[in-house]
Amino acid sequence: MPDLLIELFSEEIPARMQRRAAQDLKTRMTDALVVAGLTYASAGAFSTPRRLVLTVEGLSAASPTRREERKGPRADAPEAAIAGFERATNMTRDTFERRETPKGVVFFAQIEHPGRPAAEIVAAALETTIRDFPWPKSMRWGNGTLRWVRPLHAILCLLVDEHGAAVVPLEIDGLVAGNTTRGHRFMAPAPFTVTGFDDYRAKLARAKVVLDPEERANIIAAEATNMAFARDLELVEDAGLLAEVSGLVEWPVVLAGPIEEDFLGLPPEVLQTSMREHQKFFSLRNPRTARIEGFVTVANIEAPDGGETILKGNRKVLSARLSDARFFWENDLARVKAEGLEGMGAGLANVTFHNKLGSQKARIDRIEALAREIAPRVGAQPDLAAEAARVVKSDLQSEMVGEFPELQGIMGGYYARAAGLPEAVAEACKGHYSPLGPGDAVPDAPVTVAVALADKIDTLTGFWAIDEKPTGSKDPFALRRAALGVIRLVLVNKLRLPLLEMFEKANSGADAGDLLSFFHDRLKVFLRDEGIRHDVIDAVLGMPGADDLTLVVKRAEALAAFLKTDDGENLIQGFKRANNILTQAEARDGVEYSYGADPKFAESDAERTLFAALDRAEAAIAPAMTAEDFAAAMAAMAELRGPIDAFFTEVQINTDNAVVRRNRLNLLHRIRAACLAVADLGRIEG
Amino acid sequence: MTADTETVSHPRSFQEVILRLQAYWAGKGCAVLQPYDMEVGAGTFHPATTLRSLGARPWAAAYVQPSRRPTDGRYGENPNRLQHYYQYQVIIKPSPPDLQDLYLGSLAAIGIDPAMHDIRFVEDDWESPTLGAWGLGWEVWCDGMEVSQFTYFQQVGGHDCRPVAGELTYGLERLAMYVLGIDHVMDMPFNAPEAPIALSYGDIFAQTEREYSRFNFDQADTATLFEHFEHAEAECARILAAPEIDPRTGRAIIMAHPAYDQCIKASHLFNLLDARGVISVTERQSYIGRVRALAKACADAFVQTEAAQPKVDA
Repeated sequence: MPDLLIELFSEEIPARMQRRAAQDLKTRMTDALVVAGLTYASAGAFSTPRRLVLTVEGLSAASPTRREERKGPRADAPEAAIAGFERATNMTRDTFERRETPKGVVFFAQIEHPGRPAAEIVAAALETTIRDFPWPKSMRWGNGTLRWVRPLHAILCLLVDEHGAAVVPLEIDGLVAGNTTRGHRFMAPAPFTVTGFDDYRAKLARAKVVLDPEERANIIAAEATNMAFARDLELVEDAGLLAEVSGLVEWPVVLAGPIEEDFLGLPPEVLQTSMREHQKFFSLRNPRTARIEGFVTVANIEAPDGGETILKGNRKVLSARLSDARFFWENDLARVKAEGLEGMGAGLANVTFHNKLGSQKARIDRIEALAREIAPRVGAQPDLAAEAARVVKSDLQSEMVGEFPELQGIMGGYYARAAGLPEAVAEACKGHYSPLGPGDAVPDAPVTVAVALADKIDTLTGFWAIDEKPTGSKDPFALRRAALGVIRLVLVNKLRLPLLEMFEKANSGADAGDLLSFFHDRLKVFLRDEGIRHDVIDAVLGMPGADDLTLVVKRAEALAAFLKTDDGENLIQGFKRANNILTQAEARDGVEYSYGADPKFAESDAERTLFAALDRAEAAIAPAMTAEDFAAAMAAMAELRGPIDAFFTEVQINTDNAVVRRNRLNLLHRIRAACLAVADLGRIEG
Repeated sequence: MTADTETVSHPRSFQEVILRLQAYWAGKGCAVLQPYDMEVGAGTFHPATTLRSLGARPWAAAYVQPSRRPTDGRYGENPNRLQHYYQYQVIIKPSPPDLQDLYLGSLAAIGIDPAMHDIRFVEDDWESPTLGAWGLGWEVWCDGMEVSQFTYFQQVGGHDCRPVAGELTYGLERLAMYVLGIDHVMDMPFNAPEAPIALSYGDIFAQTEREYSRFNFDQADTATLFEHFEHAEAECARILAAPEIDPRTGRAIIMAHPAYDQCIKASHLFNLLDARGVISVTERQSYIGRVRALAKACADAFVQTEAAQPKVDA
C-alpha cells in the first residue's frame, strides 16, 4: 500500500485562500482517485504561503481489473456487422464466445479492462485537479496558458512504498514533477530531496518552514500571550487575524512593542482597528485600564539582530499610521465641539442612500419620525429617541469613519459624549446597528432599541416599497439580517409591537402583508434553531395578532409544551378526527354545520358529557386567550380529550335520523371551533 | 543574490537610491527609459507600460516617472504626502520566472538586506478603472511598510495580455525615506549630503508643493479644465478615426501613441477636476468611464500596429 505526497510550490498565495485551497486539493484528488478505482486509508492537507500539500496514506497500488461482457451480432449476421463488432471490441471473432439464445447463436465478447497502476491514475488526477482548480481568482504568467492563483513553480509528486520513493511521471505546461522542494525563501532557499511525508515535514522544519497552519497559529498565539504576560498586558484575541497572519508566514517570529505615549489617548477601538487593518498587528490591552498599550507583530524571519531592525521599522510605520488616526480624531473632536454632532452630519443631505429612496438625510428624517412612534412602546422618551435618531448616522461624515468604515457607530458614541449629548444618545449611536449577526448581543437600552427598530423597519419597508426584495441567495441590502435584527430586538426585550401598524407608519407604499410573511419566514428559521417545530409555528401564525411576534412566540411555546404531553397528543387525534368527519360531511352535503347543536337531541351519556365539557372548555378558553394565558387555554382544551375519545368510541355520527346526525355534526363543529380558538391545530403534523 | 548584500553600503541620498535602481535594472537587461513628457497619475500611464504591455512582442524597460495626484497635496507639510512624487517602474514581458528574485535583488541593491528585514508578499490585486486594466499580485512589505506593488498584468485597455507582463512599481520617496532613515520627506538629502551645494528634497520641492497645492485645490479654473477634457476626448477620437493610410507617405500609419497622449491628458484633467471637488459621486463614475473608453480605443489601435506583433527574424 503506497503513500502519496504532493506539493504544489508557487509564489505567495493570498492568505485568505490557503486553507480552502488545501481542502479543495484534498477533496478533488481523493475523489478522482476513488472514481478511478483506488482506495486509501487516510488523507491530510496543509498550506503555507508558498505551498499546497496533500498526503495520502495506504493508497492501493493499482485499480482492480474489471471485466465486461458485451453482446454482439448473431453469428450468422452480415460480415459488416461482425467486422464492426471486432473493431468495437478490439478482438477477433475466434475469441468471441458463441452463445445459444432464443434468437439463435449470438457473439459475446468478454472484455478485460486491466487495472491501472496508481502512478498513472495519480498523474491524470493531478493534472485535472491543477487545470480545473477552483481558485476564487486565478491568473496566467509569462508565455504560459496554465492558470494558478500566482505563478506555479514546481510540482513534487511521490509514491512511496516498501521499495522507496518514486516520482510520479507528470508534466503540465513544462512543469515536470520531481522529488525536490525548497525551504524558507530567505533562511533556507537551497533545494533538497525528500523521500516521503515524514521526511518532507522534518526537513521542512529544519529549513525553517512550519508546514501546518494550525501549528503556526498555535505558535503565534502562545508566543503573543507570553509576551503580553511579560509586559503585564493581555492579548486581545482576534481569531480572524490569527488565521490570516498564520497564512502570511512560513516561520512565525513573534515580536512585541509598546504604543507610544502620544497615542495612548486614542480610543482603544481606533488603535485596534488601525493596527489590524493596516499592519496586521495584534493589540495588547492593559486589563486594569482597558487601554491598548502594546502591539504584537509576526515576522517571517529570524534576523541576526534578534528582530531589532524589523521592530524598529514596524514601530516607525505604526507611528505614521497612528499619527494619521490621531489627526482624524482631533479634527473630528474639534468639529463636533464647534458644530455639534448633528452639524457633523449636515453633509449627509448630499449623500445618496439609494437613488429611489433619497439621501441619507431623508432617511434620517424618516427614522426620526418612526423612532418617535416606537419610543412609547419600548419605554423610551419620544423626544430623546428622536434626538438620538437625528445624530446616530452623523459619524458617517467623520474623517475617522471615512478611513475606517468598521468604526461607524463606535465613533458616533465617542463624538456624542464629546458634544455633551445625553448618555442614552451616545449609547444609541454605538448600539443602533445591533444586532448585526445571529450571535451579536441585542441592545436593551430603550432609546437604542427604539432607534435600532426604526432604522431597520425603515430600511425594510423602503426596499419593499421599491420592490428590491431579497431573492434566492441575493440579498445585497442585507434585508434578511435587518428582519432578523427586528425579530431579536422584539423577542429579547419582550416588546409588544404591532408590526403591521409600524410598517404602515414607516412607509405606506410597502406591501405590509407581504413584508409580514417575510418576517414570518425569518421567524420560523429563528424558532426552528430554538427547537420549535415549523408546524407548531404554522399553527399559531394563522391566529389573529400574528404581527405581534412576542405573542406569536408565547403561543408557539405553549403549544409546543402542550403537544409534548399525553393529552396534547391525543387531543390532536380527536381534533383531526372531528375535523375530517366534519369536512367530508360538509363537502358531501354542501352545507356548513356550524350552529345549533342542542343537548336535547343527545341520545347517549357520551354525547351529553361532551356537551357539558364543551360548555366548560369554551367558558374557560375565551377569557384565557384574552388574558394571553395560553397554558390555561391549552389546559382547558386538554379537558376535552376524555369526552372526545369517549364520544368517538360510543357514538356513531351517521345515523338514519337526520336530526340526530345534524346535531352530532354541529357538535363536532363546536369541538373544532373550541380548538381553533387556541391554535390552528389542523396544521400540526402526525 | 544574498552573497554580496553584506558588503553593499547604504545609499545616502534620494538620487543615489534612483541611480542604484537604474544601474541594477540596466544590469538585468532592461532598457532604461526616461520619464514620459506628460502629466500622469502613475508610472503605469507611461506608454512604455500601458501600450507596450499589449501584443506579442517581448519588452523590458525601467524608468523613473514623475507622478501627480492633485488630491494628495498637503502644501508640503505632511511628512509622507505629496501631490508630485516619483515612481520607479519596471515592466518586463513576458514576465520572467525569477521576477520575484530579481525584485528582491533590487532591494538588496539599495541596501535592504533580506536577512535583516522582514520582506513579505501580501495579496493586493491591482485594478485601474480608467485604463480598463487589472492584474494579480501583491504589495511588498518591508518591516510592515508597503515598499512596492508587484503585478502580473492580465488585461489592459480591455485586451488580454498575452504574454503576461510583470510590473514593479516602487514609491521612491517612501522607499528612500525608509532606507535613509528620514522621517519627513522634505528633510531627505536629494544629492550627496557632503556636496558643495547640498540640496534636500525640501530645497527642491517644498515651494512647488505649496504652489501646486494652492493651485490644485483653489485656483485651477474648472470651466477651462472641463473644456480641455472635452477637447482631449474629441481629439483622441479624431486621431483614431483618421484613415490608416497616410496620404503623404502612402504607408499604413496608425497613430496609437498621439491618440494615447490625449487619453493621458483627459485622465489628468479628470484628476484635477476631482481635486477641485467639482465632480459629484455619480458624475465620477461617468468620467472614469469616458477615460476608460479612450484607453480602450487606444489599446484597440495599438494592437493593430507593428510594435504589437511578434518580431520577424531577418
